[in-house]
Amino acid sequence: MSDKHLSTQFDAELSGISNRVLEMGGLVESQVAQGIYALTHFSLETAEQVLKTEDRVNQMEVEIDRDLTAIIARRQPTARDLRLLIAVHKTIANLERVGDEAARIARIVQRLVNNGVSSRLPTFDLGVEADLAIAQLRKALDAFARLDTAKALEVLKQDDQIDREFEGLLRKLITYMMEDPRTISASIDLVFVAKAIERVGDHAKNLSEAIIYIVKGTDVRHASMEAVEDAVR
Amino acid sequence: MSTITLPENPPPLKAQSKNLDFYYGDFKALKSVSMPVYEHKVTALIGPSGCGKSTYLRCYNRMHDLYPGNRYVGEISLMPDGVNVLAPQVDAIEVRMRISMVFQKPNPFPKSIFENVAYGLRVRNERSRSFLEDRVEAALRGAALWEEVRDRLDEAGSNLSGGQQQRLCIARALATDPEIILFDEPTSALDPIATGAIEELIGELKQKVSILIVTHNMQQAARVSDYTAYMYLGELIEYGDTKDIFMKPKRKETEDYITGRFG
Repeated sequence: MSDKHLSTQFDAELSGISNRVLEMGGLVESQVAQGIYALTHFSLETAEQVLKTEDRVNQMEVEIDRDLTAIIARRQPTARDLRLLIAVHKTIANLERVGDEAARIARIVQRLVNNGVSSRLPTFDLGVEADLAIAQLRKALDAFARLDTAKALEVLKQDDQIDREFEGLLRKLITYMMEDPRTISASIDLVFVAKAIERVGDHAKNLSEAIIYIVKGTDVRHASMEAVEDAVR
Repeated sequence: MSTITLPENPPPLKAQSKNLDFYYGDFKALKSVSMPVYEHKVTALIGPSGCGKSTYLRCYNRMHDLYPGNRYVGEISLMPDGVNVLAPQVDAIEVRMRISMVFQKPNPFPKSIFENVAYGLRVRNERSRSFLEDRVEAALRGAALWEEVRDRLDEAGSNLSGGQQQRLCIARALATDPEIILFDEPTSALDPIATGAIEELIGELKQKVSILIVTHNMQQAARVSDYTAYMYLGELIEYGDTKDIFMKPKRKETEDYITGRFG
C-alpha cells in the first residue's frame, strides 16, 4: 500500500497545508531573530520591520485555519491525517504567538531607544538566551518538516537550558538595578524581553509535542519525560 | 496474525467466533477469524470488496447452508448457553429465530405489512390473533414505522418507500425477539435521510439487541459502531474500539484503508 491517497487532490491539500505551516514558521523565526538584532544594535529600523511582518503572520494563521477546516468538512479525515490537521491547528496558534513575542520585543526596543537608554545596558547577554530559543524553534520546525520524533524529543529535553538562562539573566538584571536605580525602568523592559524569549522556547516545545502526536498518536502534553520517551520509542 | 485490542472492562459477551474458517467449495474465504460480539453493542465489519465481511456475517445465521459445497470449520458460540450455532445438529431455523438479518436491498415479502412482520411468528406456530397483533405493533414501533403504517397494515409491503421498506424488514427481524441482528449494508440503497433514520434506529435498537453490521461506508461505521473489525482477504487484520481504530489504528493496513491510501 502506497503512502499516497487515492485522491491526489487530497494529497495536494495536505502537503499544501504543511508547506504553509513551514513558511509561517520561517517567517516568525526571522521575526524573533530580527527583534533580537534590533535590541542588541538599538535599531529602530529593524524593529519596524518586525512589526510590519505581524499582519502577514496573523493573516496566515487565519488562512491556514480556514483551509484545514474545509479539509475536515470535505474529507472526513481519520487517523494520521486527522491528527496532522488537529496538530496543525495547534501549531499555527503557537507560531502566531511566537510572532507576538517578536513584536513585543520590537516595541520594547522602540521604547528603549526613544527614551535614550544607556549603552551600558546588558542587552548582549540576552543574545545567548535568544540563540538557544531560536535554535529550538528551528529544530522543532525541521522536525515538523520531516515528522522526526527523535528530533522533537531533543527539543523537549533541551527546554530546561532556556529556563536556566532566563533565571541567570534575571539575577544579573536585579544586580544591575541594585547598583544603579536609574536603570530600573530599562532593566524591567529587558526582563520582559527575556521572558518573551523564554516563551518562544515554550512554543517550540509545544510544536514538538504536536509532532509526537501526529506520528505516534499519543498526546504527550503534561506528561513526564519518561512517558514521552516511551511514546517516542 | 490479527491485532485484537479488547476493552479493559469488556461488556458481557453475546457471541464469539473461534478460529472460523469458511470454504466456498475449495476456496478458503475466511481464515481463522476469532472475534467477540458484545451484548448491546454495535460491531462494524469493514474492508474492501472480497475481504470476507459478508461471508463472515452470513455464518452467524447459517445463510451458507442454503447452497451446497459450503463448509464451516470452527465455532460461533452464542451466549448465554454457549451453543455452537454452526454445529450440524443445531437447527438452522432455530438459529435464525435468535439471530435475524436485514439485507442491503429492502426485500419485504410479497405480503401485507402485517403478514410480513408476523411471518416469523407464524412459522413458530403462533396462532392467537391478539398475540400476533401485539407483537406486530411492538415490532413496528421498534422499527420506528408504526405511526406511518398503523392504518394500513393490510396494504402490500411493496407499496412503501425504500426507507420504509427497510424499516419494515427491520420490524420483521425484530418480531421474533432476536438476540442479535445482522445488518448487511442496510443503507447502501437508501437516500441520505432514510440512511440517517436507519442509523438513528440502530442506535436505539442496540439497547435491546446486539448488532453486527457490514458496511462499505467507513463514515457510517465510525458513526454507528462501538467496535470495528477491519478484514482483508479473509483475515481479521485489526479489531478494537471504534474511536481507536479511526483515530489511532495499530496496523498500517488498517490506517491505509481508512485514510484512503489504497496504493
